[in-house]
Amino acid sequence: MALTTIGSSSDTAIQGRVAEALEGDTDVKGRLFEAALIACLLVSLAVLALLVGKVLGDGLPVFADRGADFLDGSLSSQPDRAGISQAIIGSFWIATSVVVIALPLGVGAAIYLEEYAPRNRLTAFIEINTRNLAGVPSIVYGLLGLAIFVEYFDGFSGNQGVNRRTLAAAGLTLAALVLPVIIITTQEAIRAVPQALREGAYGVGATRWEVIRSQVLPYAAPGILTGALLSIARAVGEAAPLIVLGAVTGLLGGGTGLSASSLLDPSSLTERFTALPITVATWAKRPEQEFNVDDAAAAIVAMLVFVLLVNSIAIVLRNRFERKRSA
Amino acid sequence: MATTLTPFSPSDLTGDPRRQRRERAMGVVFFLAASMSVLVSALILVSLFSNGWDFISQVEWSRVVGVNSWNPRQNTYGITTILAGSLIVTGVAMVVAVPLGLGGAVYLSEYAPPRARSLLKPILEVLAGVPSVVLGFFALQWIAPNIVGTLFGDDKGNSGSMLAAGIGVGILSIPLVASVSEDAMRAVPDALRQASAGMGARKLTTTTRVVLPAAVSGLVAAFILAVSRAIGETMVVFIAAGAVSTATFTTNPLDSGLTMTAAMASLASGTDQVRGASLAFPSLYFVGIALFFFTLVLNIIGNAFVRRVRQAY
Repeated sequence: MALTTIGSSSDTAIQGRVAEALEGDTDVKGRLFEAALIACLLVSLAVLALLVGKVLGDGLPVFADRGADFLDGSLSSQPDRAGISQAIIGSFWIATSVVVIALPLGVGAAIYLEEYAPRNRLTAFIEINTRNLAGVPSIVYGLLGLAIFVEYFDGFSGNQGVNRRTLAAAGLTLAALVLPVIIITTQEAIRAVPQALREGAYGVGATRWEVIRSQVLPYAAPGILTGALLSIARAVGEAAPLIVLGAVTGLLGGGTGLSASSLLDPSSLTERFTALPITVATWAKRPEQEFNVDDAAAAIVAMLVFVLLVNSIAIVLRNRFERKRSA
Repeated sequence: MATTLTPFSPSDLTGDPRRQRRERAMGVVFFLAASMSVLVSALILVSLFSNGWDFISQVEWSRVVGVNSWNPRQNTYGITTILAGSLIVTGVAMVVAVPLGLGGAVYLSEYAPPRARSLLKPILEVLAGVPSVVLGFFALQWIAPNIVGTLFGDDKGNSGSMLAAGIGVGILSIPLVASVSEDAMRAVPDALRQASAGMGARKLTTTTRVVLPAAVSGLVAAFILAVSRAIGETMVVFIAAGAVSTATFTTNPLDSGLTMTAAMASLASGTDQVRGASLAFPSLYFVGIALFFFTLVLNIIGNAFVRRVRQAY
């Protein structure tokens, strides 16, 4: 008797049965489960779309009606005259503080932790401390800024009373807020640098700093830049610590010495301040619809254009380098 | 044939002294940078306790634990009122964020083909970048009338409520839940999935019976870190929870209310008036101390669970 194997063409009946058994019933439960999972992501997408749609729908008419007048105007109790020029100046200097203060400190700290630090208790303590700092609620940083930068250092201005609540104190507070984020993202970027690069450089006689400067930092640069961009976006969108610091929320036009002509003028740093997210929050809580819907949405448009642009650059940058390196 | 070597001593190997000095200097500079994060922590503790102590040492504690409202200007600091507010908002937020975040993470980690993943993942990343004031505006102007109003009647949707704020905070927490739990699931070795498939399990079975249990530490971490994030969230509640600067104890999410964070923001935005007059201003730091330690404990526990995932695989 000839041996029948499943694969032999003579026995198509068996073949069919095997194929059927392998395929199984249609997996209805599995399909439903997968559809539910996709739905979760689609809900997030829908929320994002609704949010952007709502903000644009309410905010763009303000730009259409008033155009540059809204960007140029100052805080005001009249919704049709109120504008965001002081808020833009405040947010500009806050972003600058993050770049000038938090970025070098954060990158330096990460270099120490990854390249220099001995494995001892002090290092472990600094690591844990950094991780916990990253989880401290942002409003608590506001208390730090109020007690130390405003009340102890008089806002770095020599001013008295409420005038100590300066833009410099705000910038420094938000630099402290993003410092742990920059340290952690830079550490991850440095950890991804192949050990062979370091060993090659040490092998030709480079010192530790020379290895870092010529090999580690260039390789880690895209990752560090991504972290820095995300931190800038975070600082520009952050309102809670600034409320505690005493940002100007008043609507009477005055209160901040920031004026439209002084975007790049560092003397703004010793003035009382406001910022885009503070303006949004203040207007959103006003009773008049012209403020809480129209002007608030228009200020959000201005802020989101910046924040989402910076975030998208960061995401694209990271994805591009991940792909290149894994290829 | 003999070659004569030039006399040679170990000091010739140590190199240029200027180079060595620079080497040591850079080490010191980087150490100082690293110690800044410790300094920031120390300053946070100093500012919290030096100011909060005024409140702790002088307040009549019956005005803190024995009252059912929060009204600092009337010398009433009912901590249970704002604690209940924080718990309600956080509870609502988790009901929104956990299923949506976890579901998205399971899809991205287990089901999504690479192309779909590269298209869908940025949604969560963009959502993570939306500032919380924007969510506050959206919660007050869209979620309140369209979701709360539709479900519970227009009168509930006309103004802010803890429910509307909680949904907003939940949306903000989705990316955190998704990214921590996705990391945990991707850390599960493929050998487990292959073994399960080899036993004839379907994808659904493999995912729910093998991958999720193996990643459970990470899922717990995602939940705890999201709770911590929600408790610390300020602006959404400040804008959309409906209360101005006082609140009465309630357990109904449809009521307006204050959380610990929103109470702090309200106090701070009126500090010019309350300063020096009473203990109202130091109460800001007292709530800050409570908030700081709540979130610290949650973060320590959450991070311990994250580490457990890393160690297991």
